[in-house]
This record gives sequence, structure tokens and C-alpha cells, in this order.
Amino acid sequence: MKDFETVIGLEVHVELKTRSKIFCSCPTTFGAPPNAHICEVCAGLPGALPLLNKKVLDYAIMTSLALNCEVERKSRFDRKNYFYPDLPKGYQISQLYSPIGRNGYLEIEKPEKKRIRIHELHMEDDAGKLIHNDIDDRTSIDLSRCGVPLLEIVTEPDFRSEEEVVSFLEALRTMLKALGVSDCKMQEGSLRADVNLSVRAIGEEALGTRTEMKNLSSFRAVSKAIEFEAARQWEIVRNGGIIERETRRWDEEKEQSLSMRKKEDAAEYKYFPEPDIPVILISDEKIDEIRSVLPELPSQKYHRYIEELKLPDYDAGILSANKETAVLFEKTAEICGDPKDASNWIMVDLMKLLNDTGTLPEDMVIREESLGEIIVMVKEGKISRASGKEILKAAFVEDAIPKEYADAHDLWLISDPKLLEDAVDKVISANEKSVGEYLSGKTKNFRFLLGQSMRETKGKADPALLSEILKNKLALL
Amino acid sequence: MDRKEIFTLTATELAQKIREQKVTSEEVVHAVFENIDEHECNIHAYLDFWKEESLKKARKIDETIANRGVLEDLSDLPLLGVPVAVKDNLLLSGKKTTCGSKMLQEFVAPYSATCVEKLEKAGAIIIGKTNMDEFGMGASTEHSFYGATRNPKDPTRVPGGSSGGSAAAVAYGGAFAALGTDTGGSIRQPAAFCGLVGLRPTYGSVSRHGLTAFASSMDAAGPITRSTRDAAALFNIVIGPDEKDQTSVSTPKVDLEKMESYDLCGKRIAIPKQLFSEETKENNEAMSRAVEFCRENGALVEKIDMPILDYAIAIYYILSSAEASANLSRYDGIRYGYRASGAEDITELYRKTRTEGFGKEVKRRILLGNYVLSSEHFNDCYRQAERARNMLKKAFDEAFSKYDLLLCPTAPGEAPLLGEIDKDPLSTYIADLCTVPASLAGLPAVSLPFAATEKALPVGIQFIGPRFGEQEILGAARFLEKGGQKR
Repeated sequence: MKDFETVIGLEVHVELKTRSKIFCSCPTTFGAPPNAHICEVCAGLPGALPLLNKKVLDYAIMTSLALNCEVERKSRFDRKNYFYPDLPKGYQISQLYSPIGRNGYLEIEKPEKKRIRIHELHMEDDAGKLIHNDIDDRTSIDLSRCGVPLLEIVTEPDFRSEEEVVSFLEALRTMLKALGVSDCKMQEGSLRADVNLSVRAIGEEALGTRTEMKNLSSFRAVSKAIEFEAARQWEIVRNGGIIERETRRWDEEKEQSLSMRKKEDAAEYKYFPEPDIPVILISDEKIDEIRSVLPELPSQKYHRYIEELKLPDYDAGILSANKETAVLFEKTAEICGDPKDASNWIMVDLMKLLNDTGTLPEDMVIREESLGEIIVMVKEGKISRASGKEILKAAFVEDAIPKEYADAHDLWLISDPKLLEDAVDKVISANEKSVGEYLSGKTKNFRFLLGQSMRETKGKADPALLSEILKNKLALL
Repeated sequence: MDRKEIFTLTATELAQKIREQKVTSEEVVHAVFENIDEHECNIHAYLDFWKEESLKKARKIDETIANRGVLEDLSDLPLLGVPVAVKDNLLLSGKKTTCGSKMLQEFVAPYSATCVEKLEKAGAIIIGKTNMDEFGMGASTEHSFYGATRNPKDPTRVPGGSSGGSAAAVAYGGAFAALGTDTGGSIRQPAAFCGLVGLRPTYGSVSRHGLTAFASSMDAAGPITRSTRDAAALFNIVIGPDEKDQTSVSTPKVDLEKMESYDLCGKRIAIPKQLFSEETKENNEAMSRAVEFCRENGALVEKIDMPILDYAIAIYYILSSAEASANLSRYDGIRYGYRASGAEDITELYRKTRTEGFGKEVKRRILLGNYVLSSEHFNDCYRQAERARNMLKKAFDEAFSKYDLLLCPTAPGEAPLLGEIDKDPLSTYIADLCTVPASLAGLPAVSLPFAATEKALPVGIQFIGPRFGEQEILGAARFLEKGGQKR
């Protein structure tokens, strides 16, 4: 039993997937050669001025609305001043005094339902990258990432465990992807979370001194880092020590956090309003316009799947968790007319394929109507369930079109009564003894005769229809 | 046409003569370079000029005219073949842009400022880049890493600043007109000291793209010329919204015919009493003459009280230094510009580079800016100044609801002697009192020479107008200019 409580708040940086940068028209492409995408604006040349990308503003408003934030009607940018070689202007253009979104929340479902409050959401430009070469001990600067648009989402200290934090990050990622504003790839740095953490004895009201943790490049790292840092802090507190206000860095290999800088070294950022960008006035019409094009959010889908489509919580959670499975599920349910059946196929057969091949839902090639078509074919007895699975695999692997695949691989079941009757007649006349026994009460011979009939059709008969025909023929004898 | 005669023409008249082949562009450029050869060694108005390249361009223009090319419509090329100078904080592609600083000694501009591009598109030949106080910080052009510029009207005196090189070049005939930049008075004050017309346009009417930032919320590029008509012609060329500057706005052009027929009769003119002290002899006489002249011509001239102007200097130095401290952070020795040698780590590299690369005045402003932005002083300095600036804007709005124009001196007196200013920086700051209010409010203001006597050193008087009031202030300035000629 734990004798302390962990209090956590997050600062999440999200890279927006706009085509061009936040203040210039350079492309935002990830992985370009060093300094391939720079101009006078993002490289901080004399006389260059920032020009706000309207798409960034739209995405920021969209995300604010999705996070239930109040949208600031009169927003401004501010300069955050500090010196670092990856920061060409000597200041970051961010928002301190009037961020675009405030006072929102996001609900998490795991480990139990909880509302995490969002303190604020603001726009800013990313810095470049320093690349250190150990061989000649030189550091090079790649400015291509300078000016890539970021949203910073700051939560209130509402988390009490790493499970809650990871659940929130998953929900946030799902939501941002559904909105189409970010790819949220932690490894590529398009989703970065800094963890502010403190501990206190159970029952204590006052917050302890917090530390800030950086360099968390996966959900697992976030989880491990929280566990480690909480234990480290409590060990100090329990022994009467004092937690220092500091920024720490997570070392993924050593699985421990290391001090980066103390509070007293913390830079004085000298924020002041950015004079190069006029105040952004946001009208009610603008907000209504963006609200009207907001896609259905994953949390809304989740509830709809449970309430309207009567799916189990577990299925609803998984199907709504990312855009691709949700789209596939909804299309499939629409085509086959049975949400539960659609869900079963995805939860069992498709998930197995995803797991077996290590494919991410966003990388699936299967077209959204294929699975629905397969289910209908099975239901109508045109193919067997086993063939259905085979076709699904082909559709999953190489985007095979179900009907074409069935043609090419001769998977169609025989449902022409005339052909089936011929087969049954043949079997009856070839098995007089067995038929006679059946007629005199040995009913289990029916299975043998059905098997023979199926064999006669080379296994291609619609089993239900074949059984019916056999039964009728025998009854007439 | 001889050298003297050329310089009796306005820039647009000269372009017309070149077009009509009454004079060639080559002759004009020659005339200008003869002046440069004669005076530049004493005056030092330029940091760089390119004679052969300019002559080549002039000959090409002359050739095209002789061949009657595509030059039918002069309104597209109002400065065809006219030699013009630009201040060295405005970028001209392929040429050095030093801003008067050691920090940018070797910096070659990879693109051109929008206003410079517009001049070139209007047919002007940019012949050189002019000296200035480092990054625009100063009022004498003595704070240039490349040495001071002298006043052509009296070489023992400063030409004013920070656009002192532009003013001096035009004053001695080393250019037909020039572009300067004005943050707190850097166009108007040197124009006044050199006997020229200097126009600070409405904030945003001229794009700041390619203008090396000093104080972004106040920086404005504008003309320094020998006449109000040239000022208007250049203004009409360089204005216009620019997609590369989000603070740029669309501004009406000045109608030159209306400007010519402008009449002061019935105009209401206010003199803010905070901007005009009767103790200063030179100004008193020039201002008295100007007031008398306006009244004789039927204008109503009244003194008004604008108490907020007592804080103008403080507001200006707090806000402009704050912005400057951030704007100058990019000069860190990492990507371009001066880099100190022998640094052991990154912090030392920054410190050495910026200690060695910046001059005294620039460092003073950076320190001041850091002070007013520090968390300790942000609320009582920066925020207060920001509030006071809004009050000042409101005070101007109120004044312009009752008056057409504001009139005041441009500077407290005539040009100081070289070396005089450096002894007391604070009193230099105070000397900006008459120019900073229009800068803070983003208003257009024009300085025109209005000397007390023929022999005296030039002094300027200044008309301030409401936002987009260039037509009004240039009309009034033209009216006084003509009146002055009659005397």
C-alpha cells in the first residue's frame, strides 16, 4: 500500500501537419537534408518578418474547441527571449499573455473515467536541431525544423498515476489524429510530453515542490519516468530531504532521470508582445464555421457505438481509438447492416492480421468497403466463412477486391439448385444401402450422405441449401 | 544641361527631362559622382557606392530611351534614370548591409527590401548605401563603426541621425534623393539639420520587409529629399501593402496636383505646448515666422495642452529599447556576421561576439531593454509604458478631432558640433522630444527647413497629421515651402 500520492501535470508539444511553416512558406517535410528548407524568415536574417500561416490558426482553434477550451477572441503572440544556437532569431514566437485556448478539459476512460482539465493551449514555432559529431567534435546546426508549427497544451496537475497520464496521451493522440491536425508520432518528435511531477503524503493538501522531466520519446518512457521520479522524490521526502525545483532529463537506456538544470539557472525569458504580428481577432462566425466542420471526436464515437450501435464497451473503445478502424467499422456496418457482426470481424480477424504483420491501423491498405462486401458474401451463402477469412487476408495484404479474388481463386459456392439436385441424385443412387438404412430409421446416415454430396460438388456447395435438398429428396423416397 | 541646372529640378522633373532626352541619365549620374568625388572625403556620407555599375545602368536607360523602347508611360517609371541613395539598414540584394555595425561588416544581403525594390522598379538607379548610427540608434551618425558623417552645411557639425548619411548625401548633391528610416525621428531630424525635407510616413504604409529591425512597432522607411514634391513622389512609389509584412497597410497616394493647390486658409493648426519651448532661440524665431505665415494666410493657430507628451521620451526609450534588445539577439556570431575568435564555449562565444561586435550606444540600449523586460521591472516599466503609449495615441486622436494639423519644431535647435552629444547621452535622448510622439502614435510627420535667417544654420519645423494624413501634411509643407521661396 502506497503511503504517498503523486501529482502530475503535463506540457504537451504537438507538431501540426501543415504543408508550410508557421511564419513562412518553407515546407515542413520531416527528414529533409540539413538546412534544405530554410529562408530569410526561419533562418532569422536581418529585415525578415514573420507571416502567420492561417492554417495554423485554424488548427489551433479546431483543437481548442475539441478540448472544450474557451477560444480567446483577441489573441496575440509574444516573444520568448533566450540564446541558443538552434534558435536563429534569439527568441521564440510563442503566446504567454493571451493564448488561443483556455480552461478546457479532456475525459479519459481508463483506468477509470476522469476529467483532466486543460489550463491553456497556445501556438509557437519550433527550433532547429543541433547535431553533434563525436569524430571531429564539432556541432552542426540544422535549421530545417525552425518554424515548424507547434501547439503547446498545458494541463492542470490533475493526474495521480502514470496510467492516467498514458491514458490521457492516448486519448489526446487519437483526438488530434481524428482532427487531422497532427501525425502525433512520438519517435519523430511530433508529439512531445514534458512531465511536471511532485509527491505528497496521503491526506496532505499542499502540493510538493515539482520537477520537470524532458526527453520522453514513448508512452513507455513516460510511464517508466513517472514511476522512477515519484519513487525518487518520495525517498527523499520520507527521509526528511528537500526536493529541488529543477528540470530533469529521462535517460531511456539507464531508465533513470538526471538533473539538467536547477531553478536558479532557469532563463529569464523577458516575454513581451510580438510587434511584427498584429493582434488576432477571432469572430463568433469564425468559431461557428470551424465548429461546423469539426469531425466527430473519438470520445463521441465511443459513446455512440455503445448507446446506438449496442457494442460492448471494450469493442467500442478499440474501434473508436483510431480514425482508420473507426472508418472501416462504420463502413462495414453500413454495408452488412449488422454492427455487431462488423465489430466481430474487425475485433477478431482484422486485429489478428494487424498483430501478426505488425501493421499500424494508419498503414492499412484495405479499402473501407471490402470487409462489408466479404461479410455480405458469407451471409448470403455465396462463399464459406473460411473463404471469407482468406479473402480478408488478401484484401488486407494487397488490397485485393473481394469479388475479383473469389473469381480468380474459384471460391464461389454452388447455389444453383439444379446442380445440387444432380449431385444429390448421384449420391442417392450410388449409396442404396445407406439410403435404405436411413429410411428405416438410422438418421445418423444423413451426415454421411451430406458429406458424400458435398464431395460430389468438390466442397463448393452452399451447405445449407445442399442439406435442404438432400432432406427433401430423401423424404420423397 | 550643366551640373547646377540639373540640381534645380525635382526628381520627377529630372526623369521627365531624361525621357525627353534633354539630359541623359549618364550625365546625371556623372554629375552626382562629381559631387561625391568632391565632397565625400570630407563628409563621409556613404558606406559604399558603385560608380561604374551605376553609369552602366544609366547608359542602358539612355540607350533604351534613344531606341524608343517600352517606355511610353512615364507614370510607371517616375524616377527613370534618377540616382538615389539608400540607408545601410535597408537590404539591397547582392550588396553589403552593415547597419553601421562591425557586427555586419561582411554581411551581403541575399534579398532586397520591398521599398528598395519599388524604387528600382520606378526606374531609380541606386548608387550607394549611406552611413548611419549603428542599427539606427543615435541622432548624430557618430555612432557608426565606420566613422562619423559630417554636416555639409557646416562640417564641424553633425548631420543628425540616424539617417545622417542619407541626409548628407542629398544635401551635398551626392544623390538626388534618398531613403532613410525613422524609428524615433531618424528621418526628420537629419533632414532638419541638413536643410532638407524628411517624411516619416504613417506606420505600416511602407513595408518593413528588408528593413533591419530596430524597434518593430515604430520603424518606418521614408524619403529625405530637397523638396516636398520629391518627398511626395518617393512616398507614392514606396508605399503599398506587402504580403511579406503583416503590419503593412494600404495607404492612399498623395495627389500632387492637390498638394500644389493646397491652401492653408481656414485650416486649424495646433501647437502642443509640451513640444515648443520659447527658450530655444533658433526654434523660437523659425517657429514664430512659421506661425505668423500660417496666420497671415488665414489659418487658425492655437496652442494646446497635451500633458501625456511629458512622458513621451520615457515611453519611447522603454519600448524601443525593449524591442531592440530582442531584435538584436539574432546577431550572435552563429550563422552570419561577426564572430569573435578564441571562445571556449557557447556562452563565451556569445559574450565575446556581442561585446566586440556592438558599439557603446547599441549595448546601452540592449541593457536598457533587458532591464525593462526583466520580471522585476516588466510591470512598472514595460507595461506602464505600453499603457501610456495608448493614452498618447488617444490624446492625438482627440487633437485631430479638433485640428487639421499639429505644428512643432523638429529638434530643439540647430545641428550640434561633432563630439558634443557623446558627453551627455541623456540630454541627447531628451532632444528627441519633438520627433518621438508621432513615432509612438504611428502618425505621419514631415520636417521642412524653415531657417530663421538666410545665413543661419538650417532648422526644421514639423507638421504632424492624423493616420494616412500625408496629403494634408505635405500640402501644408508645400504651401510653406512656396511661401518661404517668395521671401
